[in-house]
Amino acid sequence: MIKALLMGTTALALVAGPAMAQQKTIKIGFISTFSGPAAAIGNDMRNSFELALDHLGRKLGGLPVEVVYEDDEIKPEVGVQKTQKLIESDKADFIVGYIWSNVMLASLKPLVDSKTMTVITNAGASQLAGDQCSPYVFSTSWNNDQTPAAIGTYMNQKGVKTAFLMGPNYAAGKDMLNGVQTTFKGKIVGQELTRWPDQLDFSAELSKARAAKPDAIFAFYPGGAGIQFVTQYAQSGLKGQIPLYTAFTIDDLSLPRLKDLAIGVPGAQEWVNDLPNDANKKFVADYKAKYKSSPSFYGAQTYDAASLINSAVTAVKGDLSNKEGMRKEMEKADFKSVRGNFKFGNNHIPIQNFYLQDAEKAADGSYALHTVSLIVKDDQDKFHNQCPMK
Amino acid sequence: MLYFIEQCLNGIQLGMLLFLLAAGLTLIFGIMDLVNLAHGSLYMLGAYFAATFADWTGSFVLGAMLALAASLVAGMALEVIAIRPLYGRSHLDHVLGTFGLLLFFNELVRLIWGPAGMTLSLPSEMLNAVQVLPGLYYPIYRLVIIGVTIAVALLIYVFVMRTRLGMLIRAGASNREMVGALGVNIKLLYTLVFGLGAALAGLAGLMQAPILTVQIGMGENILILAFLVVTIGGIGSIRGAFVASLLVGLVDTFGRAFVPDLLHQHLSEAAAASLSRGLSSMMIYLLMAVVLVVRPEGLFPAATR
Repeated sequence: MIKALLMGTTALALVAGPAMAQQKTIKIGFISTFSGPAAAIGNDMRNSFELALDHLGRKLGGLPVEVVYEDDEIKPEVGVQKTQKLIESDKADFIVGYIWSNVMLASLKPLVDSKTMTVITNAGASQLAGDQCSPYVFSTSWNNDQTPAAIGTYMNQKGVKTAFLMGPNYAAGKDMLNGVQTTFKGKIVGQELTRWPDQLDFSAELSKARAAKPDAIFAFYPGGAGIQFVTQYAQSGLKGQIPLYTAFTIDDLSLPRLKDLAIGVPGAQEWVNDLPNDANKKFVADYKAKYKSSPSFYGAQTYDAASLINSAVTAVKGDLSNKEGMRKEMEKADFKSVRGNFKFGNNHIPIQNFYLQDAEKAADGSYALHTVSLIVKDDQDKFHNQCPMK
Repeated sequence: MLYFIEQCLNGIQLGMLLFLLAAGLTLIFGIMDLVNLAHGSLYMLGAYFAATFADWTGSFVLGAMLALAASLVAGMALEVIAIRPLYGRSHLDHVLGTFGLLLFFNELVRLIWGPAGMTLSLPSEMLNAVQVLPGLYYPIYRLVIIGVTIAVALLIYVFVMRTRLGMLIRAGASNREMVGALGVNIKLLYTLVFGLGAALAGLAGLMQAPILTVQIGMGENILILAFLVVTIGGIGSIRGAFVASLLVGLVDTFGRAFVPDLLHQHLSEAAAASLSRGLSSMMIYLLMAVVLVVRPEGLFPAATR
């Protein structure tokens, strides 16, 4: 009896064996920050990616998915090492992620050299949009200067004549402060780049801003630093005197901790959780149901990355060696984006709308971000002319 | 002028926060001869305790007091369980052991409170600025920090210099065996000192929580500054820690506030911009280098304590 069973299973295994081998999988290498305070961002990205896979039946273009998550610890040297590991030892078909511009820039060379299909879901260093653009690297986020440029436009609309700019001293901080100045027509009366990521007390800089007597302060402080900045801005008594305009400082992750302090502080964003398209409604509702919290723009961009990869792998019928075919399909951006449909520029950076967002307190005491208005339509970054791809 | 005073207040306030952290560190190092890298973890625990208790009780002050008590207990428990085996070993063993504790506490906090961090909100009456001088507004809460720290500094001074327990602690620092031979329970004394250091670290953590942050690993950056203060002030000296904290706080703030403008007056735009950023973050380390050249034992060496 036992012998018969054994023989039966062996026979089954023999039959199943070759079939199993033919069943290809698609391997995704995912780089984000999963340790330290910024782990909240990385978790939101991972949650959104997992949710997208759930929505796609745990398959991308018909292939079962295997995701390898790696932690960059917000350190460029760790990011590049993890990127190399994903390329060389995991042989990832796609690499997805990157929150921080400096980490992404450090990791870009191995990605480009190995011609790995890459979807960057947040970091938007200007070099990537310009002379370091690459055929197999796509972004589902933006270039760093676009969001602050949108808020600069809004500051013009509000009649702001003088502004004081603040941000952290790394690749993105510099891009952001330059970005505001591309559209803001008033005078910059001062700007501060603070130590990153270890400086958390901004009292000296806020005193400077107060002394400069500007009409407005612009700030870019991503992640946890945004909570500290907005809190200290409020405590310093500046809130009633000098209005604050932000980019990437108040988001769905920081809002539950900022609460009332975030109300009345405008920001620009390419995606807001209440954008009224069907893909977004499904994403936000299912995210809330699954994870009991509100998704952030980091998550939305990562969700889009899964849809983008799905469209590409579907188009080549699962033939992952056909990178050219996948690239051509991805350039069409033929998928339902949660921000509403968009096109890719020649540099593979989205051409998209930017909205004004504001925090509101609901009747039940919870806080949420809302779309106030459209600031710019179909905005393209300023660096696409420097990109050799046409 | 008002701007200068405002920046002075900023510097003093940063210094006060550093003092709370450095006082505990120097106490433990000076008296118990223990290098404690886990001091930053106690600072983190203080902040998490305060945020949790403030949530439960709905009161900032009550939450802070409970957190202080909890930090003291946590510190004493830590000493009994994990620190005691380290006494009498080399400093390298201390560093390795307490670094392990630091990793342990980071992971523990992640398990208990989750990775997202917490918020400790101020009561609304403290959440604003007050007019200190005509035309000079300063955040009330930062003034509270300065006041509380000065009070705590005085309390420590009176405790160590004027009470019997303080006398035993000082005696234990200079000759552990002799104090033990005279019938004092030196083990208990050390537990107490460690607990006191932990409570000071916890106080620093909870005081800064509403301004800075309550998150995993928050103690690690500031611990570097605290070690800097201890080194400049003279290892084991509370008075030294106080003076050095003020110095470091003021130098760091002035470095950020005035150095860029000074450079802009004398150098080209681009050169000034890149130099000032580097220089303003180097200032405190330069200060330490200068102090160590002039007085290798620190400003107030432990012998003159």
